[in-house]
Amino acid sequence: MSQPIVPQRTYLLVFLSLAGLTILTTGVAFVDLGPFNTVAALAIAFSKMLLVILFFMGVRHSSGMVRIILIAGFFWLALLIAFTTADYRSRSWTAAPDSWSTTAPPTHP
Amino acid sequence: MRRRRPLVTNAEVQAPHAGLAHQFQDLEQQQEADALGIWVFLVTEIMFFGGLFAAYAIYRGLYFAAFQGGSHILDIRLGATNTIVLLGSSLTMALSVRSAQTGNRRALVLFLIATMILGGIFLGIKAVEYNQKFVEHIVPGLDWNPQSAVKTELSPGGLLHAELYFVFYFAMTGLHALHMIIGMGLLLWLVFRARKDSFSPHYFAPVEVVGLYWHFVDIVWIFLFPLLYLIGGRY
Repeated sequence: MSQPIVPQRTYLLVFLSLAGLTILTTGVAFVDLGPFNTVAALAIAFSKMLLVILFFMGVRHSSGMVRIILIAGFFWLALLIAFTTADYRSRSWTAAPDSWSTTAPPTHP
Repeated sequence: MRRRRPLVTNAEVQAPHAGLAHQFQDLEQQQEADALGIWVFLVTEIMFFGGLFAAYAIYRGLYFAAFQGGSHILDIRLGATNTIVLLGSSLTMALSVRSAQTGNRRALVLFLIATMILGGIFLGIKAVEYNQKFVEHIVPGLDWNPQSAVKTELSPGGLLHAELYFVFYFAMTGLHALHMIIGMGLLLWLVFRARKDSFSPHYFAPVEVVGLYWHFVDIVWIFLFPLLYLIGGRY
């Protein structure tokens, strides 16, 4: 088969790193870092995801086609989150015209 | 009329592998196609959960205090334990695939059963957590009476937003648990097939495909745990 046989030791080490990162992220939640609590939690989650994808899911050894599909998936997810966030965050930047308001219906002559 | 002799007689055709579907040239091509198929499926799953994650990110930004108040009700120890249990099940799943690769049927069955047991422990702890929500009356829609459970001072509007947090909590963990239950069913099917000796080092695509699905479900939890349990910190 195309996929090489990875030693059991590697899988065990990956699991131990994942468990360690879980304890780390739980511990960091008890320390006040301001906005960096969220950054740290997401950075640790991202590292854990990479470990699972590269080692447990074997993307380290998989074909270019699989990698392209995976990267395309994450790219699309990034678009989804970026554009939705951009929409909600920028709504208050400019005042909506009065005619759009639902609280005061426009009076028609 | 003369009967035409077939181009290849039956005796000349090599018996194909039992696991090889007729549209593929060889097992390796079939394995590539299987892996590619499940990866495309997983990308659609990324977008499926991605919609919920995006919506969660927006409302968490808008109603941060209420989401923090809701998050503080969750039991962080149960969440962390469940994370490690699920990561352990990913380890046994990876070892299942490895056992299939090396053709060790006994180890394959044992690791598959271990994965199911760890998945069962995860769902059990999840059930305990869901039960706590009913006891504390913080189930949005069905039993929402959060005055005693929410420790943070929240206005009536804030309590409404805390309810929204629990809508996300139940929708996201519920959808994740549904994926786990489907995964457990697939694992049971693999155990039966492995016991019938359907897999060999040349053919174990079903084990690999279910493995990729199981790891994906694990990754979803890797993000759910910090987003639901750890937001806003516990200091």
